[in-house]
Amino acid sequence: MLNILVSIKQVPDTTNIRINPETGTLIREGVPSIINPYDVVALSAAYYLKIKYGGFITAISMGPPQAKLALKEAVEFGVDRIILLSDRKFAGADTLATSYTLAETIKYLNEERPFDLYLFGKQAIDGDTGQVGPGVAARLNIPVITYVSKIEDLDLNNRTIIVHRKIEKGTEILKAKLPVLLTCEKDLAKLPFVPFSEIMKAVRAEPEIFTAEGPVKFEREKLGLKGSPTQVKKVFTPEIKKDTILYDLNSTPLEVVIEKIIQILKEKKFL
Amino acid sequence: MKEVWIFIEQEDLNIHPVSFELLGIGKKLAVDLNGKVAALLLGHRVKPLLEEIFAYGADKIYFLEHEVLRYYRHIPYVYALTHLAKKYRPEIFLIGATSLGRDLAGGVATHLETGLTADVTELSIDPDTKNLLMTRPAYGGNIMATIICPKHRPQMATVRPRVFPIPEKREGYLGEVVEEKIELSEEMAGVERLGFLPKEKTVNLEYAEVIVAGGRGIGGKDGFEILRELTRLLKGEVGASRLAVEAGWISYEHQVGQTGKTVRPKVYLAFGISGAIQHRAGMQNSDYIIAVNTDPEAPIFKIADLGIIGDWKEVALALIKALKDRGAS
Repeated sequence: MLNILVSIKQVPDTTNIRINPETGTLIREGVPSIINPYDVVALSAAYYLKIKYGGFITAISMGPPQAKLALKEAVEFGVDRIILLSDRKFAGADTLATSYTLAETIKYLNEERPFDLYLFGKQAIDGDTGQVGPGVAARLNIPVITYVSKIEDLDLNNRTIIVHRKIEKGTEILKAKLPVLLTCEKDLAKLPFVPFSEIMKAVRAEPEIFTAEGPVKFEREKLGLKGSPTQVKKVFTPEIKKDTILYDLNSTPLEVVIEKIIQILKEKKFL
Repeated sequence: MKEVWIFIEQEDLNIHPVSFELLGIGKKLAVDLNGKVAALLLGHRVKPLLEEIFAYGADKIYFLEHEVLRYYRHIPYVYALTHLAKKYRPEIFLIGATSLGRDLAGGVATHLETGLTADVTELSIDPDTKNLLMTRPAYGGNIMATIICPKHRPQMATVRPRVFPIPEKREGYLGEVVEEKIELSEEMAGVERLGFLPKEKTVNLEYAEVIVAGGRGIGGKDGFEILRELTRLLKGEVGASRLAVEAGWISYEHQVGQTGKTVRPKVYLAFGISGAIQHRAGMQNSDYIIAVNTDPEAPIFKIADLGIIGDWKEVALALIKALKDRGAS
C-alpha cells in the first residue's frame, strides 16, 4: 500500500489572459480557472500508481474558497481524501510562505500515517517558478527529484524508486529511497480514462477545510503576505520603442523586401 | 564588504555559459554596491577551473571539493551552499535558471528562509534603498513585474541563460581563493545516479546565431517544413511560439519565450508570430529582428527592426528561392 500525497494549485488559464491596455492590469473576468496542467500530470501519475500498487491518495491545495472545485475534480483521479487550505491569512504568499504552509500541513498529516511519495507539478503555469516542490522537500528534510518524466520502478519492499529525470542534455536515471518528492514533467503520465461513477463521486465530494486556526498549528508570521520575503514593487506592460523599418506587401513589391532581407543577412555576415 | 554571489554550474569540468553571464551582471551589481563579485565553485577535482572563473570577472572564489559533489544532487549541493551562505552572508545570490539551478535554488532559499525570484530578465540596484530590483514576466508572461526582497538576505534570483551577455575575458587575473571544507556522505545524498541517456540531437537554440521561428500563423506542421528548409540554408535553428508548440506542430525544445528558451541570435526571423510578452521576453535581446505577419497591429512589429506586413509563406518561399539562386545549399 502506497500512501501518496499530491499537491495541486488552481490557476487562471493563462493562455486566455488579457491585459487592459490602458491600465496595464489583468482582466480577470471571464478567465476560466483550471487545475495547473502539471498538477494534472501528478494526479494522473498517482492514479496509475494506485492501480498498480494499491494505495491511498490525499490531495491538498492552498487557495481561495473556489479552489475547492479543483480538489473536487481531483477525485476523478481516484483521490481518496481532499483538503483545502483556505484562509485570508494564507493569501499573498510567495513561494517561501507557500512551502511553509504546505509543509506544516504535510507534517501534521504525516502524524496520522506517513506518506511514501509526494507528487508536485514541475511548476504552475501562472507563476512558472518551480520553487514550491523543492521548498517543501527542504522543509520535510527529504530528497527531491525535479522534472521527472518516467517512473521506471517502485520497490515497496526495499522502499526504493527509480525514475527518469529530463534535463537539457538528456535523461538522468536516478534511484532514491522513499519517501521522496517528485515534480512532474508533462510526459510522466497520460490523462486516464475516468469512468462515469468516478465523475459522480467527484461531484458529490467536499474537501475538508483547514484554516490558519487549525487543525495545523502554524506560526502566524510565516503565513501569507507577512511570511513572504519577496514583494511586488510594480507591475507594468513594457514600453518598447524601436525604429522599425516597415514594409507592406500590398504596396511594396516582394523582390524589394527579399533584397532587403538578403542585405541584412550579408551585413550580419551570414551570406 | 557586500558580496554578490554567483553559483558556478559545471559538469565534468565544463562550465555552463550562464555562469559567465551571471559573473558579468554580478560585477555590475557589485560595483553599484561598492562590493565584490564572488563565485561559488563546488565539485570534485575542479581546481583547474579556477583560472577560467577569474578570467570572466570573479573577484573572489569560494571553492569546495568533495567526492559526494562529483555530480549534481540536490541535498549535498543545497547543504553545502546553505552552510557557506550562513557563514559568509552574501548580499545577493544568483543562480542560472537551468534545470540544475532551479532545482538547487528552491532548496537553498528555503533553508536560508529568504526570498527567491525565478527567471529574472532584468537586474539592477535601486539607487535609494540599495535593494536588488528583480524584473520578470508574470502571469504566463502577459505582464512584467519588478520584485524586491527588502528585509531578507541574501536576495536570491535565478536567471535564464542568454538574458545577459557573456562578459569579455581578461587573462592573467588571479583573485582570492577561499577554500572550504565540509562533511558530506553518500547516505545523506539520498539519490544515486544509475545512468544517463544523452539526447540524440539537441536543439541548440539558446546559443544559435540565426533563428527562424514560426507561430500560430504558420498553420501547421507543413508550414514548419518550409521554415526548416530556410533554417537549413541559413545554418540556423528552428524556433517556435508557445501556441505552435501547444498545437503539436513542433516539439517543446524549439519553444522560445518565458516558458521556453531565451535566445539572443544575430538575426531572429519571426514568421506568423504575433509577439505576446511571453514570447518577446525570450527573444527581445536578439541583435536584429525580422518579423512577417499579416496583422499590421501585431505587437511583434513594435520590437522588430524590419517588419513585413504580408503572408509569411510568400516571403519564406521567395527567400528560400533567393538563397538557392545565390548558391546556398
